[in-house]
Parts: sequence; C-alpha cells; structure tokens
Amino acid sequence: MNFKLQIWRQKDRQSKGKLVDYEARDISPDASLLEMLDIVNEGLLLKGETPIAFDSDCREGICGTCSLNVNGEAHGCDHPGAVCELYMRRFRDGQKIIIEPFRLRSFPIVKDLVVDRSALDRIVQAGGFVSARAGSAPEANSILIPKQDADLSMEAAACIGCGACAAACPNASAMLFTAAKVSHLSLLPQGNPERTSRVLKMVNAMDAEGFGNCTNTYECEAVCPAEISASFIAKLNREYIRANWHTSGAE
Amino acid sequence: MIGTLDSRVPSGPLAQKWQSHRDHSRLVSPNNRRKFEVIIVGSGLAGGSAAATLGELGYRVKCFCFQDSPRRAHSIAAQGGINAAKNYQNDGDSVYRLFYDTIKGGDFRSREANVYRLAEVSNLIIDQCVEQGVPFAREYGGLLANRSFGGAQVSRTFYARGQTGQQLLLGCYQALCRQIAAGTVQMFPQTEMLDLVIVDDHAKGIITRDLRTGKIDKYAADAVVLATGGYGNVFYLSTNARGCNVTATYRAYKKGALFANPCFTQIHPTCIPQSGDYQSKLTLMSESLRNDGRVWVPKRKEDCGKSPKEIPEATRDYYLERKYPSYGNLAPRDVSSRSAKEVCDEGRGVGPGGRGVYLDFAEAIKRLGENTIRERYGNLFEIYDKITGEDAYQTPMRIYPAVHYTMGGLWVDYNLMSNIPGLHVIGEANFSDHGANRLGASALMQGLADGYFVLPYTLPNYLAGQTGKRPSVDHPEFKKAESDVRAKIDRLLRVNGKRSLDSIHRELGTLLWDKCGMARNANGLREALGKIPELREEFWNNVRIPGNSADFNQSLERAGRVADFLDFAELMCLDALERDESCGGHFREEHQTPEGEAVRDDDKFASVFAWEFQGNGQIAAPKLHREPLHFETVHLTQRSYK
Amino acid sequence: MIVAITGIILILFVVGHLLGNLQIFLGPDWINSYSEHLRELGPLLWAIRIFLLATVIVHIYVTIRLAIANRRARPKSYIDKENVKATFASRHMVMSGLIVLAFIIYHLAHFTFRKTDPRFGLLKLDPLNRYDVYSMMVYGFQNYVVSGFYVFALFLLFLHLSHGSSSFFQSLGLNNKKLEPRLALGGRIFAWLLFIGYASIPVAILLGLIKPAQQL
Repeated sequence: MNFKLQIWRQKDRQSKGKLVDYEARDISPDASLLEMLDIVNEGLLLKGETPIAFDSDCREGICGTCSLNVNGEAHGCDHPGAVCELYMRRFRDGQKIIIEPFRLRSFPIVKDLVVDRSALDRIVQAGGFVSARAGSAPEANSILIPKQDADLSMEAAACIGCGACAAACPNASAMLFTAAKVSHLSLLPQGNPERTSRVLKMVNAMDAEGFGNCTNTYECEAVCPAEISASFIAKLNREYIRANWHTSGAE
Repeated sequence: MIGTLDSRVPSGPLAQKWQSHRDHSRLVSPNNRRKFEVIIVGSGLAGGSAAATLGELGYRVKCFCFQDSPRRAHSIAAQGGINAAKNYQNDGDSVYRLFYDTIKGGDFRSREANVYRLAEVSNLIIDQCVEQGVPFAREYGGLLANRSFGGAQVSRTFYARGQTGQQLLLGCYQALCRQIAAGTVQMFPQTEMLDLVIVDDHAKGIITRDLRTGKIDKYAADAVVLATGGYGNVFYLSTNARGCNVTATYRAYKKGALFANPCFTQIHPTCIPQSGDYQSKLTLMSESLRNDGRVWVPKRKEDCGKSPKEIPEATRDYYLERKYPSYGNLAPRDVSSRSAKEVCDEGRGVGPGGRGVYLDFAEAIKRLGENTIRERYGNLFEIYDKITGEDAYQTPMRIYPAVHYTMGGLWVDYNLMSNIPGLHVIGEANFSDHGANRLGASALMQGLADGYFVLPYTLPNYLAGQTGKRPSVDHPEFKKAESDVRAKIDRLLRVNGKRSLDSIHRELGTLLWDKCGMARNANGLREALGKIPELREEFWNNVRIPGNSADFNQSLERAGRVADFLDFAELMCLDALERDESCGGHFREEHQTPEGEAVRDDDKFASVFAWEFQGNGQIAAPKLHREPLHFETVHLTQRSYK
Repeated sequence: MIVAITGIILILFVVGHLLGNLQIFLGPDWINSYSEHLRELGPLLWAIRIFLLATVIVHIYVTIRLAIANRRARPKSYIDKENVKATFASRHMVMSGLIVLAFIIYHLAHFTFRKTDPRFGLLKLDPLNRYDVYSMMVYGFQNYVVSGFYVFALFLLFLHLSHGSSSFFQSLGLNNKKLEPRLALGGRIFAWLLFIGYASIPVAILLGLIKPAQQL
C-alpha cells in the first residue's frame, strides 16, 4: 500500500514547527503505523535526512509511551487501542495521513512528535498512592473486598497514562487521568484513610499543571486505549465534593 | 583479579538461612541513613520497589530510567500473574513446594538458598501489594482469587485481569511517587546510564546521558544498584519493549562485573508470528490458549500454502499430540517451542515465511460452543484480530515461539551484590533465581522480592562499612569514565556509513535466533562466533547515525545499545558453546534423549558460568569462573513429559 | 460545580417560565391572571428577578473564566481534529450560551420592559382591569422576523440544554456507567420538549391559531 503522509516536524521546544509531506510506499497492510514510520525513517536516514522522532516502547498497547494524533484522532481511528496497535489495513490505499503530536500546554513538544508528559507524573506524586510502608502490611486476606469493588477498581486502575484523554479533550483537561487514579484507590479500603486529602491534592496539582476544565464532552473516554469510563469523572467530582465538605467541617 | 566466587550463602538449615542472615547483617541507624546516597538504575518492579523502599528507610536515592516516566518500565507488559506460597486454596502449597518447583523448573541450575528465600518472601509481596491498592482479582466472598499457571499442580498465582505486571508496577510506581514527593528519591527519567565508575575497587558512581538534551553527567554515590532488566532484544525481535537493552549490565561487565549464564534465554511458544521484515516486535499470547487449542501443521509441504480449511483431517499433523501423548498440546514451553521449530525447519510451517504453526479452536468451538470460547479467551482473540486482521473463531490462529525472558545476568552473591563491592544487581538483570528456565508468574515475584524485601536488608550490610567513602565527581576515575563515554559517542557519530542501525541489528538477531535460539549445536555456535565479529566490523565501519550528540537523538541512543548487543552476542554464544549439556532453555542438540528431551550433565555442569571481561575479540577471550552449585536439600531429577 | 448549580437554577426557571407561557393556549383569562399574580408578589418578584439575574451573571462569569483557562491549556490547536464522541452541542456551549444571552436581553426589552415594540403602549387593559399579556404576546409574535429570531434562539437554547441538562449530573457526581447513556438521552428529550413547548407559541400565533383578544 502507498500513503501520502503529512507529519509535524519541530526541531525542539522553542522552534516553530510545520507539517512536512512524505510518501510511504509498498507498505504491508499487516504493518503497524509505527512500523510504517520506521520504514519512512530508514528511507530518510539513507537519504541523509534526520529521521522523524516519535515515542514508542512496548508496541503492544500497555506501556503508554506512544502518543500520536493520527488524522485528527488521538491514537488514530482504531479505538480502543494505543497508536502502536493501529495497523495499516485500517487505511485505504493512497490515503492521506496527517500525523501530529499531542497538543496542549501541559505536554510541551520535545521534538517532532515527542511530547513531555511529566505533568501526569506530578499529579500522581501529589497524592496518587497509598502510604503503605514495606514490611508493615497486614495479611492480605485479612481485609475482604467485594468482588464488584475490586473489579470496578481494576477498571479504573487499567489506565496506561498515555495522556490521550487530555490530548483529545476539546478543553485539554486531564480529568479522566486524575479520575482513574482517584477512583482506583478510593474504591478500595486500603485507599480510604487518605481518601480526602488525596483527591484535593491531586485536583490541585492537576490545575497547577495548566490542564483545562472538564465540560463533560466525553471525548476522553472515546479515545482511551484502556477504555476508562467517564463515569469515573463523576466519581471524582463526588469525591471532590465530599472532600471539600469534610475538610470544611474539620476546620 | 577474581579468585573463587564466594556466594556468601549463610550456613545452617535451608529454612533458617535468610532469618539468620538478617539477624547477623549490619545495620545503618536511622539518622545515619541520610548520609548515604544510593544510585538505582531502572525503575521497573525491581528498581522501582527498591528505590521506594530505600527512600522510605531514609537513604538518599537517585533513580534513573531511560523511559519518559518510571511507570513505563517493561515490567508493565507482564500478563499472567505472580506466584506466592500462601496456600489460600488449601491445595497443599507451601514455601518448600514453591521453592522446589522453582528450582526444578530451573533445571537445577540455580542456588538453593536464593530460591528458598524467594519463596519465603513471596507471601510478604502479596501482603504489601494488596496494602498498596493493587486490585488483584477476588472471589465473590471478597477473598483473593488464585489460578493455576504454567502447569503447576497448585493454584498459587495471583493476578489482576491479564495485566498483573501493569498493576504491580503501578503499585510500586505510586510508592515511588510518594517518595519523590517526600524528597527522599530524586527521579531522573529519560536518562541512560552509559558507564559505571569504580573508585578503589568499589562501585561509586555512574556516567549518564540525558536523552532529551544529550548532556553527559556524573553521579557519585555510596552504592550502585542495577535493575535494568533483561537482554532479550539482542535477538532484535522479541516480546520485550523496543527500548530494553543490555547496555547498563554490559558496561558494568566491561568494568569487571561477572556476567553469569548469558546463554540462558527463555522462549515462549505462543506468540503471534512475524508477518514481514518490517516487523519491530513480537506479541505474546497467553499460554492458556493451549488448554483448548490444538496445534498442527500440514503433513505435506505442498499443503502449506493452502487455506487451512482445504486441508482435510487426514493430512494434518497434530505433532504435539503425536509426540507427547500424555501432555499433548500442554507440553512445556521449551518442548513445544522446539517442536514448532522442527516442523518449520522441515518446511511444513504455515503463514508468511513458513514460520508458524496452527493453533486450532475448531474442535473446542464444536464441543463447547463459540460463546464459551469467547468467555475464556475473548480478549486474546481480539488482540489476534487486531494484529493479524484474522478472525480466529473462523480460521485457526497462527503461532510461533519468540524470545521472552533472559535468565542470565550479572553474577551476584546471596546479598545480591556482584563481585564488584558496592555494585548490586536486582530483578531480571541478575542471574540469581531462575536457573536455566523461569517458571510462569515468577518474574514479577523475583523483581519485587529483590526490591521490597531483600535489598533493603542486604544493602545496609554493605553501606555500614562505607561511611565517608563516597568520592567526589571530580575524582579522576569519573573524568576518565566520562571521557570514555564521550569518545564512544563521537566514534558512533563519525562512522557515517551507508547502513541503517535496524538492518544490522536485524541481521544479528536472525543469526542468533538461528544459531543460539531454541536449539543450539557446537557447529552453529562456532559459526555464529565467526560471524558476529564481522557484523561488528560492519557496524563500526558502515553504520549511519544521523544528527549530533547534543540533542534529542533517538538513533544515537539506540546505536549505543546495538553496539553493546553486538559485543554481548559473542559472550552469549561463547557461554552456549562452553555449556556442553542441555538444560532448561539451553538445548544443545548433541545432548538429548531419543525422544528429544534435554539431557543434563550434572557432574560437569552443575555450576554457574560467570564470565570476566578481558577485552573484545578472540585475542582476549573472556575468562570463565565457575561457581559450583551445591544441592543439600533437593534431589536432582530428569524430567519427562511423555 | 458552580456552573452546574447555577445551571440547575436556570433550568428550573426555564421550565417554570414555559409552564406559565403555555397558559396562552388556555385563553386570555388564564395567562393574564397568571401575570397579575406574579406582579402582586411585589418585592418578592423583584427578589426572584435579582436572584435570577445574579445566577445568570455567576453562570456566565464562571463559564467564561473556565473557557479562557481551557483556551490557555491548548495554545496551539490541532491542524486536523476529528471528534469521536464530543457532540456539536457540547463543544459549543459558550457560543450557544452567549447567543442565548443576547436573546434574553432582547426578550426582556421586548416583553418585560416593552421597549422595542411601540404597539404595546397602545394596548388597553383587559376586561378585568389587568394588563393584557395575552394580546401583547400575540402581537409580539405576529412579526415573522421577531418569531424567527425567537425560534432560532430557542434552538440554541435547546442545543445548550441538550448537553447542559444531563451534564450537571456528571459535574455533581450524580452519574455512573449505567446512568450515563440514560441521562444523556433524557437530557436530549428534555431539551426537545422545552424547544417544542416554547416554539409552539410563536408558531401557533403565526399560523393564526391564536388571535389577539383586542384590536389596536
């Protein structure tokens, strides 16, 4: 298959970038989009040009490293799935493919299609954990957890941290990411002692990172490779209201 | 420089060794801990848990990873589960049984004391992870669920959907985040270790490159911990993430650390086959598929191109059922991998390049109905469909073995310290616990055992004697290491040849897969040992690395890794040649029973092969040290799956 | 959250206002006495008006601030952007809201302060000495341009509420995976009902189904 590519090239964070035309020829429909970029890069390299920088690692949809906007959609058209799981058979022969980086202030561009998503790490650092000292844990079966709670918690915990939710959100909001972590931990008894402070700190950190605000468009859940439901955002809102109520009572 | 290898295994009965060792190890008092700096390279299950735990104890930790976030370490991709000797199922499991299964599964090529300790702390890991909020699968009554895994006779595997590695890693990432916020751990993402610095025979620092800016930095510490994973990507194609590499451990090896059992690699039988040369990685499919799928290839070569539907029952060869009547399609990983290779070598493989065998669910669907199959394996069928575009309910899956895990690694003693004082190695990066073959659901267990519950006890034992010995980064050894690193980078950029990095790496991978993969023989290994230096020569004369070093340069970072793979491949083949027996994942065709079973040679090879660097090439072949393995508790047996 | 709460208040008002207005179909006596009752509330009516005005101001102020922050969160927009799930309505809340605001100002000038239509001054009191709201509405809507603008603005209100009337459940955390599609559907049906209800008045007047109670 052949494709006409338009790919965002940007030398570094400060530079101005632009879309550059490339062609990909004789691509197998069984190749992934990232493998097509590998092939394009190999061609560029042999022509003496700089290969296109893009992120990827596990190439099986779990590590969350890959982050491209393909033809207007975060991770491309094959939802749910990360862009490393997007195969060329999903495109028409000769189709034009526009590839852009995730675009939002909180994910500055490092180079070409690579963005810096450390903002997400800082949200978790603000409180996305259970303070469980190694060695002090009680016997694992001493606290029973209803299967439904464990399953729901697992659904939230499945987040791969790719940032597509914020990238696709019309408002560049990271609510789904934050909601997934808050929900995962607040659904479990182990997360309960820090439930109030966690949600307040994480939401504050999220705001401080310069993400936008949620207006419930649900675009995030539509592109999420891990199928995190936007209902966790409702859960986050609930937790946030509850936490504000509790702290105002305490003071 | 190195005499006999001292494993420092404590004396006393097996079950009391770890307790007594902890009782007698040296401690560092709480207010002295902040005076010690510890460098941890890698942030997967082993490195992440070690960094979080040591930070919590009060040491000042610097943690480095090449990924853009510690949460992306390759531990995240582990699917199946984590073993522990909880005996929650009341089915007769115990610490001893987990120990025995692990040491037997490793074909008696690991240390009894290390493996016993692993089984012992396995229970603590589950407690710790549950407390961190890892959402393990539960039963309706609220208790933790277990499943049987990898042919074990007990159900001891804990799991979180098919994403156990992800959930365990996120648990440890969260613990790490907490320490980062508390200021005890300083995190350096996208920073790659390029050399180890040794001062007065002790590991006291590292040289790194910031992958975003290209900046070379020097870091000094009181101890260095490597948790940099395995080297499966030496084969180019593997189930490992693209970034996995041998660089940190190999460069430590070049600085004098011994590399143990590098030829022990594990090959997983059920992966999606390669579909073309462009392929960048292989995807694992859970082994559980073999519970209901039947493995076959056409009896005649001429039929291989046909659609499977056009091949009648009578001309199909269900070779696993034929060769291993009692185990059939559930024959162990290495056995079924080798059988697949055999039939493909005979020219009876199916799919692109003739490198695949069918895994057929038609009969199971007929017997159980499509819905039951969908319930059991629906997500796997979806993954298969996504990657291949084929509907496995209608047409048989194609599978082929792929490199999955590497049991070999840097040599460590019972304290997880290498032969270089101060250099500790944990997780897949060391060689210690899996012998010649790793059991399913044991990798996660080992990574977390090392990081949460072993290193936090053994590292202080080293640190206690090191007060005030941390050098400054202005020490000549740091300057020398830094200039070596710069020289190597400059050399890579100067080659400016005509070949791409991938094409050379791919060539290396194919060579190793053929000669040092599922089955090895002396002639093939010698051939590989002849070709690798040629390929290395080609690399250093004809590779093309674009750009410069003061920049975000993905080609350059990968070039350094491929260069190390090219060196390391030789060590791996040499080890495979030297180990003139078959054991676990290391199958030497010269040593097999008439039925094709591996034949060990315990008299000669019940030992760890630890290699000491002497310089590249044949002029200075690495020096072999042997650590004999003493089996005081278990009785060595030969396995049979007939 | 503030947006959600003020939104709920405004939705309640919109529903109440519609119920009042629909009395036009019951004849002049109903609606004229309804408006007389409202006026008799005196200071309380003003309190409600001020409260509603404050709610509108807060609703707008907060949303505009959020919208500015959202813009800032993405300084460079995508060259190519497809929306997978986000509806047109949900993406254009500010635009639909602002046009509805313009409409409300006009609407107040039109019917509450009666500044735009000189004919309203000519209206006589009804037989019971009440202001003839009935005839005022009929004359007001007999103009195609006025009615057209009303229907257009009502359509935008529909868009605004088709998202807003289910969205507040999510913002207040009163949503879950099972409820979400039902709420979304309910919100759309609710918004359609409001639109049909409101639009039925000018349409009925233009079609001549409702005639003025007095001649000018």
